[in-house]
Amino acid sequence: MMPANPFMPGAPPSQERTGRLEKQVARVLRAGVTTAAAVVLVSGLFYLARYGAEPVQLGVFRGEPEPLRRVPGILNEAARLGRRACIQFGLLLLIATPVLRVALACAAFINQRDWQYAVISGGVLAVLLASLLSGLR
Amino acid sequence: MQRLPKDYRTALRPGYRFWHRTSRRHGWGTLGSTSGREETRGLHQGPLGPPRLARYPFSPMTVLAFSLVVGSISLLAGLVGSLTGLGGGVVIVPTLVLGLGVDIRYAIGASLVSVIATSSGAAAAYVEEGYTNLRLGMFLELATTAGALGGAYLAARVPPAAIATIFGLMLLGVVFFAPRGGQVRQSPRSTDPLATWLRLEGVLPPNEGALPYRAARVGLGFGLMVLAGVLSGLLGIGSGAMKVLAMDWAMRIPFKVSTATSNFMIGVTAAASAGYYLSAGYLDPGLTMPVMLGVLAGALIGARLLHRLRTRVLRLLFQAVILVLGVEMIYNGLAGRFLP
Repeated sequence: MMPANPFMPGAPPSQERTGRLEKQVARVLRAGVTTAAAVVLVSGLFYLARYGAEPVQLGVFRGEPEPLRRVPGILNEAARLGRRACIQFGLLLLIATPVLRVALACAAFINQRDWQYAVISGGVLAVLLASLLSGLR
Repeated sequence: MQRLPKDYRTALRPGYRFWHRTSRRHGWGTLGSTSGREETRGLHQGPLGPPRLARYPFSPMTVLAFSLVVGSISLLAGLVGSLTGLGGGVVIVPTLVLGLGVDIRYAIGASLVSVIATSSGAAAAYVEEGYTNLRLGMFLELATTAGALGGAYLAARVPPAAIATIFGLMLLGVVFFAPRGGQVRQSPRSTDPLATWLRLEGVLPPNEGALPYRAARVGLGFGLMVLAGVLSGLLGIGSGAMKVLAMDWAMRIPFKVSTATSNFMIGVTAAASAGYYLSAGYLDPGLTMPVMLGVLAGALIGARLLHRLRTRVLRLLFQAVILVLGVEMIYNGLAGRFLP
């Protein structure tokens, strides 16, 4: 039984709804990480099979080639089963997981008509998308 | 025929690999491997041989050997990091940079992606247990994501030597201010108007006595969170210690809620700078793949072992390692051993 909370007079119903949100959030996080790790693992094995014998060149910073820096480029190359692009696609899935989680929370806040927190999570979502979309150009 | 300098004679041996520098690019190669279009630099412009930190133990490693080495190091770091609660990311970057001669920008990118993976995995468990305060997390993520974007922007503009030095200082900070959390310091009577307006309050789960709590000093906590975000974006770490400090010490949130909510926020903070890193070309799939898979596997094993092991000695040992790495990073940063 829930003890009375002095700060949340109408707590029980919203608590229950938050509980459902928490389960959904946990599910999104788990699914995102598992999918991303699986994609990276499989394409990583293909990558090692193909490039395993080549020398490593990471001592000097050159930056990734242009297609592997942009979201559309990664999707294009990954669709053609480029090994490095497929790994990069897995990383993209991983980066997208927290973004999806924030979007989910934003939707839940709107659903609860909690406008204050809908705006706050909308702001977080905007910053995240701005950073991801800086890779779209 | 004019006698060649000694360097050239060794370099003329078939199969001898050396570090060549040209006007366009540099890298490992044999004597003829620079194309004619690229003008090689004369000896007066600097000695032949690899720059000091951009070296490999033997000749350049093959991708397979490199991936196996990096994967095992990451596994160990993820395991010990999750057992001690200090996070694995903090040792990955210095090990890659100092031990394997990887450029610090690639190392930061790989570490940050592994942070997203472990934080999201751990956050899922905490959220289900009911310690995480979603509202508090969401509000403070406003600060950390903005800070992280700024930090990632800085990382592309600050010279690597400076990043290394700041990284070293951060490592020393982790050792001395690592969150311990013994004392219960709740202030349910907090009267911060911001906390009231934003409803930054909650109740501990029933197995912890179902105590209510409310955030104090919200402004201070928010400011510290911006700083934590900047550090995360600049150094490619989760900066969980600083987040816990901001909530536990500044905002007087119960320790377990602080750590759970911090873990929850780390993934979102890291995602903010990861998007930027991607477009700046910091995310190399060949390096990020073994780091991310290794750290994730290590963290998963660590979570299984956590309830069965006494971690005090391990924690002390790990703190010693972090201390040494911190000093080493500062020394190398200040001694100018990093390529610009």
